[in-house]
Amino acid sequence: MSSLVEQPRSIELTDRPADVPMNMGWTAQLHEWLTTVDHKKIGIMYVVMSIVFLVIGGSEAILMRWQLFYPRSKVLDQDTFNQLFTMHGTTMVFFVGMPILIGIGNYFVPLMIGARDMAFPRLNAFGFWVTLFGGIMVYMSYITGGAPAVGWFAYAPLTSTTFSRGAATDFWALGLIVSGIGTIAAGVNFIATILGMHAPGMTLRKVPFFVWTMLWTSFQILLAIPPLTAALTMIIFDRQFGAHFFDVPNGGSAYLWQHLFWFFGHPEVYILILPVFGMVSEIIPVFSRKVLFGYEFMAAATMGIAFISLSVWAHHMFCVGMGRMPDLFFAVATFLVSIPTGIKFFNWLATMYGGRIRFASPMLFSFGFLSMFLIGGLTGIMLGAAPFDFQLSDSYFVVGHFHWVLIGGTLFGTFAGIHYWYPKVTGRMLSERLARWQFWLLYIGFILTFGPMHISGVLGMPRRIYTYDAGHGWEIWNQLSTLGALIQAPSYAILVYNLITSLWKGKPAGDDPWDAWTLEWMTTSPPPSYNFEEVPTVHSRRPLWDLKHPEDPDWLYE
Amino acid sequence: MTQPASELPVPPPIAPERMLKPAQWGMASFLLSEVAFFCTLIATYVAFMGKDTVGPTPAQALSLPLVIATTICLLSSSVVIHFAERSLKRGQRRRFALLLAGTAALGVLFLLGTAVEWRTLIVDHHLTIGRNLFGSTYYTLVGFHGLHVTIGVLAMLIVLALSFGRELTEKFRDGVELVAWYWHFVDAVWIVVFLVVYVASRSGGA
Amino acid sequence: MQTYLVANQDVGGAALRIGRRDGRLRNPTQRIYCRSTGEREIRGIDHVDVIGQRALLAAVQGSPGNMSIFAPASPGAHSIVDLAILTFVVTGLIFVIVEGVLLYSVWRFRQPRVEQVGEPPQVYGSMPIEVAWTAAPTLIVFFLVLVTTRTLWDVEKTPPESKAGDNALFVTVIGHQWWWEYVYETYDGRTLGFVTANELHMPVSDDNTSRHVYLTLKSADVCHSYWVPRLAGKVDLIPGRVNSLMLETKEPGLQLGQCAEFCGAQHANMLLRVNVDTPEEFERWLANESKPADEDAAVVDGKANFLTQSCVNCHAVRGTPARGTYAPDLTHLMSRQTLASGIIENTPETLADWVRDPQAVKPGCLMPAFGLNERDQKSIVRYLLSLR
Repeated sequence: MSSLVEQPRSIELTDRPADVPMNMGWTAQLHEWLTTVDHKKIGIMYVVMSIVFLVIGGSEAILMRWQLFYPRSKVLDQDTFNQLFTMHGTTMVFFVGMPILIGIGNYFVPLMIGARDMAFPRLNAFGFWVTLFGGIMVYMSYITGGAPAVGWFAYAPLTSTTFSRGAATDFWALGLIVSGIGTIAAGVNFIATILGMHAPGMTLRKVPFFVWTMLWTSFQILLAIPPLTAALTMIIFDRQFGAHFFDVPNGGSAYLWQHLFWFFGHPEVYILILPVFGMVSEIIPVFSRKVLFGYEFMAAATMGIAFISLSVWAHHMFCVGMGRMPDLFFAVATFLVSIPTGIKFFNWLATMYGGRIRFASPMLFSFGFLSMFLIGGLTGIMLGAAPFDFQLSDSYFVVGHFHWVLIGGTLFGTFAGIHYWYPKVTGRMLSERLARWQFWLLYIGFILTFGPMHISGVLGMPRRIYTYDAGHGWEIWNQLSTLGALIQAPSYAILVYNLITSLWKGKPAGDDPWDAWTLEWMTTSPPPSYNFEEVPTVHSRRPLWDLKHPEDPDWLYE
Repeated sequence: MTQPASELPVPPPIAPERMLKPAQWGMASFLLSEVAFFCTLIATYVAFMGKDTVGPTPAQALSLPLVIATTICLLSSSVVIHFAERSLKRGQRRRFALLLAGTAALGVLFLLGTAVEWRTLIVDHHLTIGRNLFGSTYYTLVGFHGLHVTIGVLAMLIVLALSFGRELTEKFRDGVELVAWYWHFVDAVWIVVFLVVYVASRSGGA
Repeated sequence: MQTYLVANQDVGGAALRIGRRDGRLRNPTQRIYCRSTGEREIRGIDHVDVIGQRALLAAVQGSPGNMSIFAPASPGAHSIVDLAILTFVVTGLIFVIVEGVLLYSVWRFRQPRVEQVGEPPQVYGSMPIEVAWTAAPTLIVFFLVLVTTRTLWDVEKTPPESKAGDNALFVTVIGHQWWWEYVYETYDGRTLGFVTANELHMPVSDDNTSRHVYLTLKSADVCHSYWVPRLAGKVDLIPGRVNSLMLETKEPGLQLGQCAEFCGAQHANMLLRVNVDTPEEFERWLANESKPADEDAAVVDGKANFLTQSCVNCHAVRGTPARGTYAPDLTHLMSRQTLASGIIENTPETLADWVRDPQAVKPGCLMPAFGLNERDQKSIVRYLLSLR
């Protein structure tokens, strides 16, 4: 009676997608991957690229923590250190955070909406490759004699030829323009796919929540990345053609750069968190065995965040002397973001409440996300109180805060997503034992690394200093941070080891190992290149619930 | 699950949705990103209006007659491509090709006009991108717009080449429609650029 | 007042122990000036504060090394602390409640505990509940906006015009890579018009008289940020913009801070020192600084040497032809406690080290090693030592 298409359940487990012959040679495999336009392969490549950059960026962080272990330490010189934090920030934001989310979206958005591919498969491949080339281009700056040493937000006029000689800054700006084009391509593709290719019956009110958040993330990408592209172009015009955008002696404005950058920079942090909201909104219901509480309010809150986040950028600039009224405006806007975020949080809790919670690894990481992201959000409120920010801004408190959001929020959530969907992508389960080791090492290491930063910040330690004097009470907190980083480091190694060895060691997963409710679990694991033999028809937000409970389907209640 | 199939609730029929096609969504969202891009350049232009430390100012360097002519070219091309689209829908192949070629020609005229204007600015007024803020912002804004016009002209030439000797399918018509959207967008941006650069900054930025 | 500890060898040693090749440890006798008190000299690994007792002590006791924002020494910093405590309380309550509900749900509804057949009841949502938990954070936000506004109006004030009898000091601060230039404009309506560097002197307020210090903040090159945590929140110095900051304190003594906006290679060593003097001390200091440089017949060849070398391209010494503005004014160099923007103590030895090779002390700083011969160098240092 159900209009859902019964899928053939007799797929034999293989190590590869069903459509790739087992006997393909490695050159043929390589050719297949290099020329693929399949959204699933592209998604995997995005994620692999992000993990490689995660290891690079993480190593940079370890080097910096080593230098800061002792006051007046001489492990690194000032130039090396300044380059490291520039590259660490750039890498983590542009070549880890965004691509890993875009990659997971690439793989699962079409599957979750019952489509056979993204709307523009070739544009999709193009987007991936230029993102990768952008990353390589930024790192090419090292062969010009050193990476840029300007910080990831590269305040003018530090980026001018006067203060940054050499080609490193040009490589950096060009690399970000190029990878930004890839990101915009991905955003366009997501919107066209979600709005134009959803399965019959899956209206916008019925899309899985992850898809909904990817939709709004894409809107933010479209509105935030182009201003960055324009601003980076101005940097390059200044440096290469002698234009005067940020050239203060000739009337240019250092202040303008800050506005342009943060107009991108703040929506950017929501680009990095909204998809993660989506992921945990998929995972928490499945592992609590309950429907997502208050879908409409969650959806509206997502929209609210997407819009409000476009008007909070100058809370990064409370110290530039904007004046009371602008300060107040941006403080209020910043506080307002906490309302929809709070709504989301309460709804997640309400989803868990009264459920039957299975602590498999995806839920464990979601728990990590919930317990840590809350703290990141609350320190965000402190920073939003403009006068308090006069003290905290550009101190280690800020460093602690945004790592709490980006690791406690984005990374924990992304790891939840990776553990949740790995069986679908590979047909094998990840090792739960390793996942637990990874989780607890990360959880403890993370708290130990970034918790003390809040304290050293309050004790007056500014960010981006390559060395510091003893006697301000900063030593112990820096030493704890470094210790925490050393505890965290193996957790990433465990993740990589688990991801690789489970490819052949993992238990066969079957189509639907978590007893989940969205369309991706209806097809085989891994899915065939065409995803679905027949395009499914949906009547509710949980099509597989309807299928599994035909006597009590969701659409009766929505 | 234990109930007999006949007692299970029956889902309501699925109402067909009236939505844009994926390619239309794609173009619309791409144009949205272009809006954000040009807004940034225009905001920068406005922010630096009248902040030059040396001349020439817009009032000294920019002259209206030529740019009014090129503006007329560009704006009328929007009308022409609209008729091109209509004739394609009616299956008037030759008329379509002619009108599309006309649109591209108007675009080329606009670019030629810009080239002449830039030559005057560079040779007579010594206005280069490195001369002053006006030069920096003007060439960046007008240059990026010109780049978009160039891309539009190339797209139309490709469409024109593709239209010869093959069936004009619905897919082809959709493609032409998207090129037309893009072209209308480029024209709309020009109206703003014209008002900001040639009207506002010319009168106010002296 | 100040004590210094010799940190370099020890840290070098510590670094060596964790595998650092020693090629980088230039000038091993160089004295890195550590801005702490209490211990004059600590040897070996002991000074590395692994256990953190000194850290905690410093935080608690308010030693001059203390830069905690929770040890405010000015009305402005105080009112920020009040706001901070309010937000701490509010966010702390939210934290306890939400994290509590989370942990309770996780504990109460985890699987082995809940033994249920089939799926739990599906709850799709509830309008009244959603409205309630939209309203609650909205009220909290409303409260936070009120207290933020109050503090904002409290700490952000437009500076008044200088006039006689106002007891106010007006100073223009110009940020340079990587040092601070102070142009003393007026005090109590009197025009001052001298320039000094890196160490701000200001008068202390008392119960009867407020002595406000109005800083006008500018930058000569890139963005910097002026941050003395115990006196005020930070304000950026942005090229092409003019910002202002007001300082006032009843606590005499030294306040420390440092540049808080990344400004290039030596951002970490762009330290700030604010000496809060009694009004008498301050007047004496003003009187000395207002004079042109001392003329000392004993160092006449050193002076001649100084004036013929490229020193004068960047440095100024009032009363001489040296008029450079790219580097700190040296007119009363020896009245300062530190060199190189607060990173080394100002002694004849450190000054000689600095003149010999600034790059060894502050790598990447804009003063090159001029490769002077021993005699020139000594005579120039002798001359500089006479600039009291």
